[in-house]
Amino acid sequence: MNLVVALIAGLLFGGGLAISQMMDPAKVLSFLDVAGQWDPSLMLVMGGALALTVPGFRLILRRPQPLLDGRFHLPSASDVDSRLVIGSSLFGLGWGLAGLCPGPAVAGLVTGALPIVGFVVTMLAGYRLMDLIENRVLDRPAPDARVG
Amino acid sequence: MIGLSALLMLAFNGRIAGISGIVGNLFHVRGADRLWRLVFVVGLLGGAALYGLFSEAGLNLHLETSTPLMLTAGFIVGLGTRLARGCTSGHGVCGIGRMTPRSIAATAIFMGVAGLTVFISRHLLGV
Repeated sequence: MNLVVALIAGLLFGGGLAISQMMDPAKVLSFLDVAGQWDPSLMLVMGGALALTVPGFRLILRRPQPLLDGRFHLPSASDVDSRLVIGSSLFGLGWGLAGLCPGPAVAGLVTGALPIVGFVVTMLAGYRLMDLIENRVLDRPAPDARVG
Repeated sequence: MIGLSALLMLAFNGRIAGISGIVGNLFHVRGADRLWRLVFVVGLLGGAALYGLFSEAGLNLHLETSTPLMLTAGFIVGLGTRLARGCTSGHGVCGIGRMTPRSIAATAIFMGVAGLTVFISRHLLGV
């Protein structure tokens, strides 16, 4: 049953991205181009989504658990740390260069356009590489942490 | 529709509809945890495909960026969304939906940097 929900949610998400033209990199870039021929229409996409999620999430999270799972799987991190700042900056840089963020990029695979396929492949590679860097380097306890 | 999608995922499955996390971990996790991600992605592709097939306008995408730059940008987006634990959907729609300062900060930063990137590339470098 939870798979049916995932399928419906995916369909709505993909349909929403397509209808709103969020999948079109040129449209996204002109939304980001505040100093040029600014096209603010995509603001409505995020605004519309937030108009539902801000009140909706409040109501949902008052319940002890979701309808089809034993618990809510929510992110545990809550602080604004350097990884969040650096990561979000990197993401913003990539988004501004290509006009694609992960959702529209993955949905755009249906077009079969090679630059989009390539974007998704390198995106997954970057995601896994950062996972590796975090596990092997950033989260490794300092060797000189022990005294004596 | 995107907001509704996020509501369904949280209300029924207790999951955050964050695309970078759902897709980024697709090949990393196993079993039931992989299956729901796969089904969601199938839906995501299906939703876009259905619109492309049945709407008058079609998907009608315009790619302005050269392929090498697209590949570079994808790599940077992958690095960044893993380090920041989220993208436009996870932080922008769901995280702000929960009103967490972390996601509000993340969204302000990536939108700001994306705008700055476009400003520099279009107006200063003229790419």
